[in-house]
Amino acid sequence: MKFGIVTFPGSNGDYDAYHAAADALGEPSVYLWHKTHDLQGSDVIVLPGGFSYGDYLRAGAIARFSPIMTEVLAHARRGAPVLAICNGFQIACEAGLLPGALMRNASLRFVSRVVNIRVENAGTMFTHEYYNGQVLAIPVAHGDGRYTADDDVIAKLDDDGRVAFRYCSSTGVVSEQNNINGSISNIAGIVSEGGNVLGLMPHPERAVDPLVAVPDGLGVFHSLLALAGA
Amino acid sequence: MTQVVSRPGDPVITPALVREHGLTESEYERVLTMLGRVPTFTELGIVSALWNEHCSYKHSRNVLKTLPTEGSQVIQGPGENAGVVGIGDGVAIAFKIESHNHPSAIEPYQGAATGAGGILRDVFTMGARPIAMLNSLRFGSLDNARNRYLFAGVVKGIGDYGNSVGVPTVAGEIVFDPAYNGNPLVNAMCVGILREDELIRAKAEGVGNPILCVGARTGRDGIHGASFASEDLSAASEAKRPRVQVGDPFTEKLLLEASLELIHSGHIVAIQDMGAAGLTSSSAEMAARGDVGVTIDTSRVPVRETGMTPYEILLSESQERMLVVALAGHENAVREILFKWDLAAEVIGEVIAEPVYRVTEGDRVVAEFPGSALVTECPRYDVPAEEGREAIELRERDVDAIAELREEEDPAWTLLKLLSAPTIASKRWAYQQYDSTIRTNTVIGPGGDAAVLRIRGTNRAISVKTDCNGRYVALDPRVGGRIAVAEAARNVACTGARPLAITNCLNFGNPTRPEIFFQFREAVAGIREACLGLDTPVTGGNVSFYNESPSGSVHPTPVIGMLGVIDSLEHITRSTFRTTGDTIVLLGDCTPEIGGSEYLATIHGTSAGAPPACDIRRERLVIEALLEAIRGGVIASAHDCSDGGIAVALAECVMANQDGMMGADVDLAEWDRLTTRALLFGEAQGRILVSTGDAPRVLQIADEIGVPARAIGTVMPMVSGLTLRTGARSFHVGTEALAAAYHEAIPHIMDTAPQSAALEQSEGVSV
Repeated sequence: MKFGIVTFPGSNGDYDAYHAAADALGEPSVYLWHKTHDLQGSDVIVLPGGFSYGDYLRAGAIARFSPIMTEVLAHARRGAPVLAICNGFQIACEAGLLPGALMRNASLRFVSRVVNIRVENAGTMFTHEYYNGQVLAIPVAHGDGRYTADDDVIAKLDDDGRVAFRYCSSTGVVSEQNNINGSISNIAGIVSEGGNVLGLMPHPERAVDPLVAVPDGLGVFHSLLALAGA
Repeated sequence: MTQVVSRPGDPVITPALVREHGLTESEYERVLTMLGRVPTFTELGIVSALWNEHCSYKHSRNVLKTLPTEGSQVIQGPGENAGVVGIGDGVAIAFKIESHNHPSAIEPYQGAATGAGGILRDVFTMGARPIAMLNSLRFGSLDNARNRYLFAGVVKGIGDYGNSVGVPTVAGEIVFDPAYNGNPLVNAMCVGILREDELIRAKAEGVGNPILCVGARTGRDGIHGASFASEDLSAASEAKRPRVQVGDPFTEKLLLEASLELIHSGHIVAIQDMGAAGLTSSSAEMAARGDVGVTIDTSRVPVRETGMTPYEILLSESQERMLVVALAGHENAVREILFKWDLAAEVIGEVIAEPVYRVTEGDRVVAEFPGSALVTECPRYDVPAEEGREAIELRERDVDAIAELREEEDPAWTLLKLLSAPTIASKRWAYQQYDSTIRTNTVIGPGGDAAVLRIRGTNRAISVKTDCNGRYVALDPRVGGRIAVAEAARNVACTGARPLAITNCLNFGNPTRPEIFFQFREAVAGIREACLGLDTPVTGGNVSFYNESPSGSVHPTPVIGMLGVIDSLEHITRSTFRTTGDTIVLLGDCTPEIGGSEYLATIHGTSAGAPPACDIRRERLVIEALLEAIRGGVIASAHDCSDGGIAVALAECVMANQDGMMGADVDLAEWDRLTTRALLFGEAQGRILVSTGDAPRVLQIADEIGVPARAIGTVMPMVSGLTLRTGARSFHVGTEALAAAYHEAIPHIMDTAPQSAALEQSEGVSV
């Protein structure tokens, strides 16, 4: 399964996504330069973390106009997987791949730490290697991670089982106390209506190598690999 | 020589104008002799930019050259943008630390951000990929709203810049002491990785090669920033706020990628950051290193605003710019690489055979200096040094005569006080604002004794740390200088690393005062002794003088940035206790010393007494014993005893890691001849606390190497808390109480003090 990692100017999580796919999974991986129109036959597109265009104007607001986004949107329309992490999540929302928006953290401070998230739907193509209610330890590092959408959208996300992850305690309790950035309903990650775009603020690609982290992010990648194996 | 012409409208050179440019009469005489005529306004600006303390090291150079800089591990010593050492397998590490104190004192957010930006550029211009940032910060007491504002602004500035560029901030230290009121210290260190054969130097070469200005456009910001950093801070400093540069981490990230691509492309021969004193300093230094002439045409420099004079263009400290010497005929290839990253590159000059440093504006020559005289003719000063009476009196004060407070009858009270003192308390409030995990190399991040980063493609890791106890240096600069190196070495050793080399950032007051120059000279002598004894040569660094506010000089603070190498990933060791039942062993010995301690500062508000003795031979042995035991696979954890003594170190071992809190039962009755406070809170050097499943082996190794060692207790489960038996005053504290004191102190201060947030808003710091 080939992973294509988009590099926007200011992307910096592309390196980790590349190494997660290439080293931890041993899958073919390529960097995709944002000025091109070529996905190079990638099966999975990763919109990585970082500060595309410096997050100037608004996080993700400029990157959505990069040439390669035309192809990324077409890839998503075909139902192929797009993994949108952190700044990638912000770009995906700006590009209309996912509903809602990511606002400045409620604390007004950047937050970098390992957080617990609970798997809310283990039935998506990104999460079926987990089980419902499983508690993961995954690093976050963001200043604009407060997920926001209007009530109807939130209700629909809930009804359709499209909330993939919520911030929680180490025992899986979802409460305001564990809401690290003030997201509505502790939402840490959601999938698109078609289920093939996952946007999340935590960094599963930084949690694949036991030397540097609890490898709880591997499940996302293994779930995708299982698709190819099917 | 060419005819040098004054520009129409340039001010006439008067003694007042010369003084305004920070040149003394004798320095101006040197300029007249060097040129054989009166300088133009542009030339005066150039000299002022290069001969200020910040750029010229005129008061420090003769002392600095006494530092050891050689060793088989050193690939590039001082004199380049950064030092480079080999760590084996053909892998090299470039690293350097630098100050941004003055800008941060008046504009904490941008001051700290551009400090981070500058040190990043110093490292990637060596051809190295930055893999980690550290910072060493000093502020006045957090009781003061201005200090809280500075602390919050500096932390946000460091975070926003490093986070955006995508380099993890992994370690450092933060100290709060009234000595830094009005003059905080902001030192940033960057660590980069390269293959030994990828090294590039900032040396102009090849007559006819074009010189290019690369990156951001040049504006009027930061003009005379370097000379501002070469004077004392005063009430008038606030007016110099416009001299503080503004950082743009997005452009930096593009420049980083473009520069590395450029270096690997083979189209260029040299590259240098335009840092302090901008284009002037970078071009003159490159020319001097290559022993060639250069000519620069300011009319070709891409500018941000119209009507900029050569003077302004030469002295601008606009950020995110590089000076590049390309191979003749490769200009377009260079431009193409820059264009890919949406950056500009313009040819602005040329390497020439004629030995001159020449600046033109179109056809008009506006400045010309013979040879590399600008750099080599710079004055050097040996100024008088004499220890200040106040320091002698403080050191000689009998601190043992200071009566205990009534509360101290319960040592638990003292311990909890110390754990919640901001200098000792957890700095998580700050480092959670730094991305410490990006690039997924961080094995041990902020909060440990030192940070550990794995080196991909090898079985090795590196360990990095900054350290300095300014109070020790103030009380005895030579001992304090020695301890700064020894403690940094001990810290990296506690992670399993062999100390390898250092970079230093020497922060002092006004060197023309004999008592300050004495501190400087003696502290450097102490660093020298320690570096020789520990085989950790100095590979570069930075001197920051004039750290004085109207209330006086800061503590002399020679910050040491230590690099160590861990030869096998299996040897990586953490600082906190891991397994119930492990034996706790103390390597090293306890002493009656309490001088200069955090205990005296926090509990008695006193900074006095002689700092603890530091015997470098013993330091080397204790490190050797620890590393031998780690290699033998018998060490579960290792933690240095420093601020707050053995009691604080033990408390940290049980509760610093909130995901794995433990308890401990420790018996220190062996040292019952010591007073309780010296035993628990004294800061005797050369001590490391380890936990082990094989105490006999650890004791045997220590004995063979000649290090005093003793089993002092047992690791317990968290519910047991911490029990300390001292004979006369045994006590017990719950782990959670220790953790609350340690982890909540700084968040409590910062989050319940609304005035600091208000200041931030009104000052427009939030970006």
